Amino acid sequence: MKGYAPIGIAVALLACVPLLTSSNVVLNFMVVALLIALVGQGWNVLGGYGGQYSFGHAAFFGTGAYVTAILQVHYGVNAWLGLVIGIAAGALVGAVTGALSFRSGLKGSYFALVTLAFAEVLRIISSVAPITGAGVGTLVKLDLRWEAFQFQSRAPFYWIILAFVAVSLLIVKRLEASRFGAYLVAVRENEDAAKAAGIDTFRIKLAAMTLSAAITAAGGCFYAQYFLFLDAGIAYGPWISVEALLAPIIGGIGTVFGPLLGALVVRSLGELTKLATGQAPGLDLVIYGAVLVLVVAFAPRGIGGLFESLRAQFRSKPVERRHG
Amino acid sequence: MLSPIILVPAILNGLLTGAVYALVALGLTLIYGVLHIINFAHGALLTAAMFAAFFAHRMLGLDPYLAAVGLTPLFFCLGYGLQRFVIGPAAHGEDRNILLVTLGLAVVIENALLYAFRADTRTINLSYGFNVVEIGPAFLSLPRVIGFGIVVAVALALWLLMQWTDTGKAIRAVAKEKLGAELSGIDVAHIYAMTFGIGTACLAIAACLLLPTYYVNPHAGNAFVLIAFTIVVLGGMGSVAGALIGGLIIGVVESLCGLYLGESLGQIGIFVIFILVLLFRPSGLFGERA
Repeated sequence: MKGYAPIGIAVALLACVPLLTSSNVVLNFMVVALLIALVGQGWNVLGGYGGQYSFGHAAFFGTGAYVTAILQVHYGVNAWLGLVIGIAAGALVGAVTGALSFRSGLKGSYFALVTLAFAEVLRIISSVAPITGAGVGTLVKLDLRWEAFQFQSRAPFYWIILAFVAVSLLIVKRLEASRFGAYLVAVRENEDAAKAAGIDTFRIKLAAMTLSAAITAAGGCFYAQYFLFLDAGIAYGPWISVEALLAPIIGGIGTVFGPLLGALVVRSLGELTKLATGQAPGLDLVIYGAVLVLVVAFAPRGIGGLFESLRAQFRSKPVERRHG
Repeated sequence: MLSPIILVPAILNGLLTGAVYALVALGLTLIYGVLHIINFAHGALLTAAMFAAFFAHRMLGLDPYLAAVGLTPLFFCLGYGLQRFVIGPAAHGEDRNILLVTLGLAVVIENALLYAFRADTRTINLSYGFNVVEIGPAFLSLPRVIGFGIVVAVALALWLLMQWTDTGKAIRAVAKEKLGAELSGIDVAHIYAMTFGIGTACLAIAACLLLPTYYVNPHAGNAFVLIAFTIVVLGGMGSVAGALIGGLIIGVVESLCGLYLGESLGQIGIFVIFILVLLFRPSGLFGERA
């Protein structure tokens, strides 16, 4: 169980937040930040550990969200069952798009492009298909019972999304120590060498993409329950694809805590900008984009990496480099 | 359904639209061919150019075609500066980083425009905006016919530039063999920035051609950039001829899909082509096998 203590401590500390404040503004902020951390952790599995940069994680987020919502609205399925099916549907989309892209040998820019295109196709289809409510969107019926995965106050929502994040942290921690994780990192570092060493790179990438999609889809399902409204732009729009990669890259790509740290930092920056400039649209995103460029330029291992190298300097030990 | 009275105008209109698509794609493919990066900021830069052309008309009363004369060098310098001082240094020469940096730039530019000008959609009114030219059974919009002519001229000029000038030769040398070019004394960072500048300048021209018949808002460029990606992939990454022909093909496909499937699904045809080409022939029609 070595190495799991930091996860326990972090989750325990975060779990205390609703006990310290009942402010809806704070809780809402934290719920959204944790949601982004979850979606970002999904991206991190494929992008951070596998080195396959997806620009279309909206495809999985949106599928999770729509499947949960549509099952409830049109088929009267229980929300919790909807959650499970939503995650499975997201994973399926990940597996299918992954199989198609990796089978064709797409990587780097091409992989980024094709994932973006898949998300856009789904966005356009969902903006005209009757089952998604087309332009009007899908409204999940208000039903404030825990059986319906809806709550009067924000605290239960907060604990649930925190539990999701905790599970994703455990999965990634487990991944780091596993054979599968080692193969995945080998693919990231040098795919040809990994192949030559006998790793079935196609299967490894496909498994990573499916897992990645499932985690991100869980975020989508939660979104549908929390906000109770979806349209094509929310579910499949580029905003979530960008947030998904922003959190791990800023927090520390290919690390367990990167997405969580990144999501908290990015969201705080966004809120501070809004506080400073009023509710004018756009400026918070300008900051996001600028931070992304700055982090890539000056802190390739993210904020987490920055801390690590500071600590290492303090101890005057050489810094262990994760990315060369 | 297939009567030539409907079909011929649809195809001609598709060709006219496709020409402007081709110009946007030309910038993208040029940058890819030399720098081997996909410029995700392309759409945002196009939007910026459209706003520039819009305000040149609103504030200075400049006709968009006249504004192109001033905006083209301006956007060349902008592109040059971006590559030389932002993208190049920030990316540390790693492809994955370049993807992220151009994506970051796209987010910054698009949302700075959103912040400055709000989400309002703007159009300009020109005295000749609704004039038409009659060709056979088709009535074609005059600004778009002019646009087609200008795209052909720009493509020709670009070809001459690449073929006969020292800069053009240096660009081709860097595209083929970066290290060799560097060893023969070519300043690669400068050539990279020149290429990025030329690609961005193409956008300024495209923006001025679009404005008489199109609207501008902070997301206007996005509609074009995915189409441009499709064209570039279809034509073959880095192939100038591929971009031109791919642009015309996509214009016609969109027009015909719009005719038979309805306006909102017209774009689906483009994305389906995009995904199919990426999956089955990522080198495109004219590209070299990767």
